[in-house]
Amino acid sequence: MIEVENIHKSFGDNHVLKGISTIFETGKTNLIIGQSGSGKTVFMKCLLGLFEPDEGQICYNDRYYSKLSTKERRNLRQEMGMVFQGSALFDSMTVEGNVMFPLDMFTTQSQSEKQDRVDFVLKRVNLVDAHKRFPAEISGGMQKRVAIARAIVMNPKYLFCDEPNSGLDPKTAILIDNLIQEITREYDITTVINTHDMNSVMEIGEKIIFLKNGLKEWEGTNKEIFKTDNKAVTDFVYSSELFKKVRQMYIEERN
Amino acid sequence: MKYLEAIGKYFIMIWEVFKKPTKWRIMKTLIFKEIDELIYGAMGIIIFISFFIGGVVTIQTALNLTNPLLPKSLIGFAARQSVILEFAPTFTSIIMAGKVGSYITSSIGTMRVTEQIDALEVMGINSLNYLVFPKIVATMLYPFAVAISMFVGIFGGWVAAVFGGFAPSGDFIQGLQMDFDSYHVTYALIKSVVFAFVIATVPSYHGFYMTGGALEVGKASTTSFVWTSVVIIIVNYVLTQLLLG
Repeated sequence: MIEVENIHKSFGDNHVLKGISTIFETGKTNLIIGQSGSGKTVFMKCLLGLFEPDEGQICYNDRYYSKLSTKERRNLRQEMGMVFQGSALFDSMTVEGNVMFPLDMFTTQSQSEKQDRVDFVLKRVNLVDAHKRFPAEISGGMQKRVAIARAIVMNPKYLFCDEPNSGLDPKTAILIDNLIQEITREYDITTVINTHDMNSVMEIGEKIIFLKNGLKEWEGTNKEIFKTDNKAVTDFVYSSELFKKVRQMYIEERN
Repeated sequence: MKYLEAIGKYFIMIWEVFKKPTKWRIMKTLIFKEIDELIYGAMGIIIFISFFIGGVVTIQTALNLTNPLLPKSLIGFAARQSVILEFAPTFTSIIMAGKVGSYITSSIGTMRVTEQIDALEVMGINSLNYLVFPKIVATMLYPFAVAISMFVGIFGGWVAAVFGGFAPSGDFIQGLQMDFDSYHVTYALIKSVVFAFVIATVPSYHGFYMTGGALEVGKASTTSFVWTSVVIIIVNYVLTQLLLG
């Protein structure tokens, strides 16, 4: 579980985060949504420890990040997995090399143990025949799977995903969403996903936080988002005619 | 003010490079890879340029020694001094700033743009140590390349002098041996170690701290070449004053 207590972050005169408090629960897919420039990426970088908040605290299972020593922070980082928007795979390494990289860096396992673990996670993300291929030789969807495999290879307690299905076709995007949700439940991970994708919101949004101008405007679940009267949320989520009709149908059906 | 800030940031980067080292087992592989890319991969162009520079220096010297009282051995002497003192260490370093420096900036810059550096940071890895330290170690072998450049440059001079009909082989070789001071080689190799450090770190700085996209990677490579060359020229002046002045 990650508890965020009133965090603020500014860059010069630009006050990006203006006091956000929330709880990201373990075993659930927690989504952060909001318009571009609402502070989602900065918020996620604060959660990852890449930015230090100017004010407020972030607590990872009773460990306050600001109170941790450098070594403890480093150890905490090793409990985190991250799936970047562009996958961020190392171009010079094969798929297998990318997934094995954290094991090489942080474990003392033998080569066969590492190989077994890599084979296991690649199989888990449904990639069985891409071990020796380079990132440039595989599709965007496969790259995302490799990124997920690399993120979970160390058995992380926290999984962060920055727009994991951007640039993917709708079918692959849903597969990736479902994979993340399955992994979250299976390994009891605290997963935080930064997304613009409304399909993800509806499919896997077990907890949704809507940010607007650096503030938490709304929070709830994918069931509650249908019912909300918050104008900012409905304007954002139901900005397309299709989603407006879906919402209307849902409300009529309920009545 | 902007330049002062950049200089400060550069020295902080150097400090960070040596903190929290990567596992030796991993680092060893990275160092060998960088030696292959930065030193072995640059040998072809170093040999090619050194040979022709040595030849051109010899021809220029020969064409300017018109006084019949001056011995032909001076052609060999001038070629040796020019190649050892300046052309091998400094001229080759400028070429390396273009070839190796651009490669370093663009490879690190691309990693920055594609969030690969962020991925390293998130994993708790000191990305500066992981990316820059192997390059610094690899370029410490640069004096060997400079030594080869000296040899090839002088050989190029000999070929130009003998086959161009500017001086007989015996006179040229006599000039090469005339008043030889081994400290000049030491001076050149000391310079090349410092230049190697500049070639590894200045382009790394420009790649690591770049912002933007693919276009900015290209711009950063150009800026890095300009600044690496400027720093080499200034350091060359300072070292010459300190070591020979």
